[in-house]
Amino acid sequence: MSTANNPYLQVSNLRVKFETHDGTVKAVDGVTFSVEKGKTLGIVGESGSGKSVTSLAIMGLHNPKSTLLQGEILVDGRNVVGMPDDKLRLLRGRDMAMIFQDPLTALHPFYTIGRQLVEAYRVHHKVTKAVAKKRAIEMLDRVGIPQPQRRFGQYPHEFSGGMRQRAMIAMSLINDPNLLIADEPTTALDVTVQAQILDLLNDLQREFHSAVILITHDLGVVSQVADDVLVMYGGRVAEYGTAQQVMKLPQHPYTWGLLASMPSLRGDPEADLLPIKGNPPSLLNVPPGCVFHPRCRYAMLKGGPCDREVPELLQLRTVDEPGHTVACHLPERQRIETYQEEISSVGVAQ
Amino acid sequence: MFRFLIKRVLLGVSTLFAISVTVFALFFMGPADPAASMCGTKQCTPVQHERITTFLELDRPPHEQYASYMRGIFVGRTIGGDSPDAIECPAPCLGINFRTYEQVSTVIGRTMPITFSIVLGGAVLYVLIGTGLGMLSAIKRGSIFDRIASGTALTFASTQIFFIGSVLLLVFVYQTDLLPLPKYVPFTESPLGWLGGMIVPWIALGLINSAQYARLSRAQMIETLSEDFVRTARAKGLAIAPIYFRHALRAAVTPIVTIAGLDIGGQLGGVAITETTFSLNGMGRTAVRAIDEANLPVVMGIVLFSAMFLVLSTIIVDILYSVIDPRVKLGTSGGH
Repeated sequence: MSTANNPYLQVSNLRVKFETHDGTVKAVDGVTFSVEKGKTLGIVGESGSGKSVTSLAIMGLHNPKSTLLQGEILVDGRNVVGMPDDKLRLLRGRDMAMIFQDPLTALHPFYTIGRQLVEAYRVHHKVTKAVAKKRAIEMLDRVGIPQPQRRFGQYPHEFSGGMRQRAMIAMSLINDPNLLIADEPTTALDVTVQAQILDLLNDLQREFHSAVILITHDLGVVSQVADDVLVMYGGRVAEYGTAQQVMKLPQHPYTWGLLASMPSLRGDPEADLLPIKGNPPSLLNVPPGCVFHPRCRYAMLKGGPCDREVPELLQLRTVDEPGHTVACHLPERQRIETYQEEISSVGVAQ
Repeated sequence: MFRFLIKRVLLGVSTLFAISVTVFALFFMGPADPAASMCGTKQCTPVQHERITTFLELDRPPHEQYASYMRGIFVGRTIGGDSPDAIECPAPCLGINFRTYEQVSTVIGRTMPITFSIVLGGAVLYVLIGTGLGMLSAIKRGSIFDRIASGTALTFASTQIFFIGSVLLLVFVYQTDLLPLPKYVPFTESPLGWLGGMIVPWIALGLINSAQYARLSRAQMIETLSEDFVRTARAKGLAIAPIYFRHALRAAVTPIVTIAGLDIGGQLGGVAITETTFSLNGMGRTAVRAIDEANLPVVMGIVLFSAMFLVLSTIIVDILYSVIDPRVKLGTSGGH
């Protein structure tokens, strides 16, 4: 199996394009990252930043007819880009599993929770229904669902939102996958339940020792659970580093925007939230140069390269933070000064 | 469940009651003179006319006629009163055919199996073929198969049964003898004869109606295939067949059951144009003829039976709904 030097998931220069009636959508445009077993990568960005598309591409859940995948996605050394579906499906659910945003729509409304778990187990294990049922009840118990025997026979609509997401997690982990992708697993849930679900995911990761990708638009969530953070914008990587690096010294104006628009429980309750002005770009018609420049307060409008050249994802040079990369044309010194003087003083980051 | 049934049956009975009042009222509002049409317009003497009118109690006020009709259903009645030719009509008496003096229940007993044979056989064809084609089109969306199927569906959906029926008769029965001439042979008499006599009407009914099911099921299936739970099924690593059949089809089939229930329920009361096209004396054709003859009891009987089938089919559809979709609880909100 994979070693520390050999990450379980290695995504290299991934590009995802959709053909639509209006033209080609570049949903993901050259994204590279990796996740090791036992580690959590948080992918952060607004809707339309390409984070969900990336995860669907890893699972091979995109529509093969209208989608073009380029680059490499190595799952335990096997490239899944271009892998025929009948082979790829054997990896799905067994080696890599996914938890979706809304468990109410992601679970089949007409089948009992138990039946759906049993089905998930029996796709990859040649066992009798009784054995699968035992396993399913074990999993329901493990994710903290009380009375798993009784709950096994109930339908999704008889579960509360939090319990449904627990059942979804039980189903995704039933085959002990090495890679778990959680696509905004708490967005559809009550705030009080969100923390419980995140705790549960953390516990389970320690127990199952799998690689986890947590997709979210909430930097706060990421700072709690992720080891690494990938900030995406307009289908590209804006900033990538360990959670500590990105939270301590965020380098990309978009990351600053995400931080400033996040309410803080400990900060000044009267402080205004600063939303990022404007909307994410249409991926049909991506702005030239840096995708973020139309919304960037610091963009060099005159003479600067922001509206002409796509910034490269580069390692920080003046501070010694190996692995912390950012795609921004602003000089590094200016970024660090701007962050320390203007952004961190708002009091949101810490 | 039990409360639901009681409630729906009571509702159905009151519907039938309202319909019977309406039909009666409409009949007496119109200029119809059944006695005149019965004794013939040319040689009808006033005496004869008078005698028929009295015999059929047509001289009595409408509400009295209605009361005696209702009495007949529950306790039976004697039609013709004191006349030596009086007809004994035991409960449930739906009156007599003004023309032939045959009891309406006998008329319905004779015509109902014909209509049932046409409709039930046709329904099996159109529901299965239509839904099957629609599902396939959805799965192979945008392919040549999908285009041909959608085009054919549109063509048949915009055609009339008498046209398709006549073409079928001309080509396959009269010119080539490939299919037998439509006629009704009771199933108990000869199952093969029954099948042979029904095959052309079934094909005609199947072609016309399957188009609607193909289009509906295609749209339903396309919608269902984009549902999150179908993506979940793929994420589990399921193969194509269980994804389509166990996950998508099950969810897509609900509206098809509704439409099929209402279609079949409505058609069981008579498919007049189909029956006329193939010269089969089912309930629909009989009802149309009875309207021409101002033959109130026959019209009334068939209308009441049609309405009853429709009411029953809506109840069955609601029960099926709760079987298919566990979220539906019968009786909590009228079954919907």
